[in-house]
Amino acid sequence: MKLITHNMLTSKSLKGVNVGFPLKICATEVKEVAVDFNPEFVTRMIPKLDWDALCQAAESLGCLNDLPRSVNPNHENDEEFLKKAHHVLLEVEVIEGELVCPETGRKFPVNEGIPNMLLNEDEV
Amino acid sequence: MKLKELESCLQCVEVFKSPKVKLEQYPTSPHIASRMLHTIDTRYKDLDGCMVADLGCGCGVLAVGASLLGASMCFGIDIDKDALDISYQNSCEYELKNLELIQMDVTKLPDAQWNQLFDTVIMNPPFGTKRNRGIDMLFLKTGLNMATRAVYSLHKTATREHIRKKTKEWGVNMEVISELRFDLPSSYKFHRQQSVDIEVDFIRFSFPSSHLPIKCTEKNYLLLKK
Repeated sequence: MKLITHNMLTSKSLKGVNVGFPLKICATEVKEVAVDFNPEFVTRMIPKLDWDALCQAAESLGCLNDLPRSVNPNHENDEEFLKKAHHVLLEVEVIEGELVCPETGRKFPVNEGIPNMLLNEDEV
Repeated sequence: MKLKELESCLQCVEVFKSPKVKLEQYPTSPHIASRMLHTIDTRYKDLDGCMVADLGCGCGVLAVGASLLGASMCFGIDIDKDALDISYQNSCEYELKNLELIQMDVTKLPDAQWNQLFDTVIMNPPFGTKRNRGIDMLFLKTGLNMATRAVYSLHKTATREHIRKKTKEWGVNMEVISELRFDLPSSYKFHRQQSVDIEVDFIRFSFPSSHLPIKCTEKNYLLLKK
């Protein structure tokens, strides 16, 4: 599970949960992979993401490095910034661990990099 | 990538060992998957550099193919762990770095969660013939809310007029790209014949420039008892 994916997941479908975002990451195995850098793609994705949640997630995994906490309005021309964003979004992967609902503490397991977001009938 | 090359690549994708009837699991054959993806890539340019989702990805043949054809990110989403395990093996086998898998129920995605987050959605949805009537339309509607460029889907030709009516209602464009004959091998025990031929449309759905996400008020109506 890459951090771009983490940015897309919520526990909002749980009964009684209002926002359910961002899910806390408890990782037992994290790996870094090299992914081809596509500045145009990263630029296009940035406005669709929750930047604070991304920074928080990266920080909790110890891979925030010097990624700025806010997005520079001119980011599409800032290649160095885009490379850092690319790294955090696409190259850091949680292989084993759990995602935790911020409101209820319900845990969603991540195995072999695949988050399991399924809920039981009585949870929705 | 040439069509032949893509098809021979996809020949090696692992498929269901024991398909589940309830989930209408049957693999998209490499022959059909390669032609779908090649058309999406060359005729419409809706894969290269795109954010792509494969809803109900099963063993991941469409998702793997989309990644091979240059999707920047491809998300394979399925409810079934066994299918995702096979998708995962396939992703490892092809050393794909841009294919993400998520286990979730496509039909229970909260409203507005992924509205217009993706460029392109591809799918071979359940046809809704196994006591889950309407699930094909629910997949389609979910896909239409997620995509900004286009949704590519397979539907039984018999439902074409119904889909045309619905898409008109939703303000979405629909183009039948080709009519396929789906040769469903008798993968389930209850199939009496060796194989069943069904007529299937390969359809591209796209949006007029003023399009807004569709309201999902029919969701509960469509969800059927297990």
